[in-house]
Amino acid sequence: MDIYSPLVDIVGEDFTSNHEEELYIYSRDSGAQQPRKADYVVAPKTVEEVQQIVKLANKEKIPITPMGGGLTLSGLAVPIKGGIVLDMKRMDRIIEVNEKSRYVILEAGVTQGALQSHLEKNYPHLEHSMPDAPPMATIVGNVVIQGHGHLSVAQGINSQMVNGMEVVLPTGEVCKLGSCSISPYWFTRDPLPDLMGLFLGWLGTTGIITKVSLQLFPKPKFRDLLTFTSADLDLLPDFIFDITQLNLMDNLFIISQEWPPWAQGILYVPIISAQDEEEFKLKIELHKKLLRKYEGKITLVEGRHAERMREARLPVPPVTLGVMAADAKQGGGFEYTGGILPIEKVPEASSKAVEIAHKYGQPYLLGYQLLTGGHSMMCGLAYCLNRADGEDIEKVRKALDESNKLILDIGGVLWKAEALAQRLMVQRMDPNTVKLMKRVRKALDPNAIMNPGNWSD
Amino acid sequence: MALKDYKDIIHRCFRCGYCKFTSDYSYLGFNCPVYSKYRLESYSPGGMMWLIYASLVKGELKPSKHLSQILYSCTMCRNCSQECKFKFNEDIVNILKAAREEMVDKQLVPQIVGQFLTNVYDYGNPYRELKQNRDNWAENTEIKHYEKGDEFLYYVGCVGSYDTVSQKAARALGSVLLKSGLPFGFLGSREVCDGNEVDMLGEKGLFEFLKEENTQIFKELGVKKIVTLSPHSYNALKNNYSNEFEVFHYTQLLRDLVKSGKLDVSRGFKAKVTYHDPCFLGRYNNEYDAPREILTAIPGVELVEMERTKENSFCCGGGGGNFYTDILGSGKDSPSRIRVREAHDTGANILAVACPVCMMMLEDALKAEGLEDELAIKDISEVMNAALL
Repeated sequence: MDIYSPLVDIVGEDFTSNHEEELYIYSRDSGAQQPRKADYVVAPKTVEEVQQIVKLANKEKIPITPMGGGLTLSGLAVPIKGGIVLDMKRMDRIIEVNEKSRYVILEAGVTQGALQSHLEKNYPHLEHSMPDAPPMATIVGNVVIQGHGHLSVAQGINSQMVNGMEVVLPTGEVCKLGSCSISPYWFTRDPLPDLMGLFLGWLGTTGIITKVSLQLFPKPKFRDLLTFTSADLDLLPDFIFDITQLNLMDNLFIISQEWPPWAQGILYVPIISAQDEEEFKLKIELHKKLLRKYEGKITLVEGRHAERMREARLPVPPVTLGVMAADAKQGGGFEYTGGILPIEKVPEASSKAVEIAHKYGQPYLLGYQLLTGGHSMMCGLAYCLNRADGEDIEKVRKALDESNKLILDIGGVLWKAEALAQRLMVQRMDPNTVKLMKRVRKALDPNAIMNPGNWSD
Repeated sequence: MALKDYKDIIHRCFRCGYCKFTSDYSYLGFNCPVYSKYRLESYSPGGMMWLIYASLVKGELKPSKHLSQILYSCTMCRNCSQECKFKFNEDIVNILKAAREEMVDKQLVPQIVGQFLTNVYDYGNPYRELKQNRDNWAENTEIKHYEKGDEFLYYVGCVGSYDTVSQKAARALGSVLLKSGLPFGFLGSREVCDGNEVDMLGEKGLFEFLKEENTQIFKELGVKKIVTLSPHSYNALKNNYSNEFEVFHYTQLLRDLVKSGKLDVSRGFKAKVTYHDPCFLGRYNNEYDAPREILTAIPGVELVEMERTKENSFCCGGGGGNFYTDILGSGKDSPSRIRVREAHDTGANILAVACPVCMMMLEDALKAEGLEDELAIKDISEVMNAALL
């Protein structure tokens, strides 16, 4: 059944489309995945509109794919089985900042950029953990995919920073989770059954998050970075262990790439901050002092290269280097395997990733992000692609497939995995876990309308 | 340049979205006026780049009227070119213009755009107004026609000449120039559309024709220096016409006249004023200071800035011919109404403009918002005229 008119009745003509032009745009992203056609694009403004759309979709058994910034690069907001793409970005209210309990309540379409700007203007002493993604990425999109941010070493990944949420269930009911389910305050998710786990990491297959409460953190008065370089990849696990034993960093970037040439080698870039100058200087010195143990093997970068790194990596979100790297092929496309690994497996993954990149004629481009105090590492095995060159896109798809298998073979898991990579994970998953996931989804979404095709249903 | 000249660039857009924001990602809203209004990705600069590539380069989509509607909704405010982080950022607006040229060639422009272009071709203005009526704004004033030997040609432009709201600005500037003692005059019925919007709408042939016609008149009259009322005219004449004329936006000239003492503003003007930067003065020509220097030179003026100001200014929605075509449309999310609300939030009682297009757009928005009792739209020339001894 054609549901264009009922959708127009719900959100209005300006925010509903089945024109080829909108369907084209919402049927693809900047990654290497095959385009997959949407049938309708809808941009709701209120939770009531979301409810009505979900009820309509249930009645007509039409899939819904929620979309935030649409920047996963792995096609997670591109519908696998057609239907409605629900562009959430009109739901863009920052509802409340609770300064003393340090959280913000916001709607699902609020972008990272808007929240950062709002805090800078009104609460300059507070900040949220901002991902490396462009500022168009949404807060909710980031937590749904269990993304990380610039405070992820010190404070954990961003989905762990969710205090509460409002969700439209696949059957249309609105549900509040966390302390807000029993209190006017959205200040904690504990000590309660953690129902938020039913929606984080499920890639929109279990419901539509319409509001979240996100933790805020003190914004430091002093913030800088150090750049260390090394040619010896095998030192990485020990060095990471030692530097995290200091327990003084906000964040740690590790970069290994062939292009641009000045950035070659392994670069360790700890971000260090403090409220007090004396404390700040001491933290910097303690990190430098650590190099004595690695004398001649890991060294401090100073001068022009250090300044370039400062320009590229100190801004939140970082801009320059990422942009330069993504545009290396001048092709408007970029995707990466986001391998989450035990720290000790990183050297093995990296050596093999270089081989895969070279096999497919790509310069290697590896970006690592230490997570949650040093318990794991996200290894981004990145590939630029030329959208104008079909053969190049196909090559990148193959390289991604090999990279995904590499990560899984050495014991890692895949972050914001594309549908094919999700299938690889499900194939290796404990069969009872797979059954449990299916039972959970069936219970929540009896008509299987929510982003179907994901998590290998 | 034609679209084919950008074929190696168009597909390089990642749709990363920096182009939608101000440089500080203002929480007030997206700074792309089109995306701000429509909120579908197809109406973002990146969406447009992808659609141009799919339909006019790769042939994956058939060029359609809906595509045309999307491409012509853009006000060409240049926020995208300014905020894009990639090396091809300067080309974004040029690519859009080149795509519009293709739409003109394919006769797929929206009907209202076709009407705009036809009117300019037939009448020398988009309003289908008779040429002789181009003098009307100056009736009952002492502002005279340009004569050989005058130092400045006062180029008024279509909007200032014909739009009843903007005519106030045209008269005020004329009055200020008279008080300065500078020898100047306007063209009146001999003035032809400067073609800035025609160029932005992709009618390259018509733009060249207008340029030639204006240039010929300027040369015949021995014009050396031109002062424009409109930043749109300023942009066209300064950047796209022959460089044999020295072109000023009026705020630049008035700023210099105040500094040199030829204009005495000591009578003052008591008001709390916020200033809206026109895109074709600011982002296109990097002139942010002259209007502010004038306002701050006037005793009694308290200048307060809006959240989005200077290079982050939010377009009024009238550029790229939208002041006439109205493809962006009205409603509370229209750029002009958003901008008026932003101005009102400063607590100012005057929203100063330096562009007749902004003036008419914001005046309409002010009425729609019901804020006429709290805020007045005034051109800087009107503020200055009131402050002159």
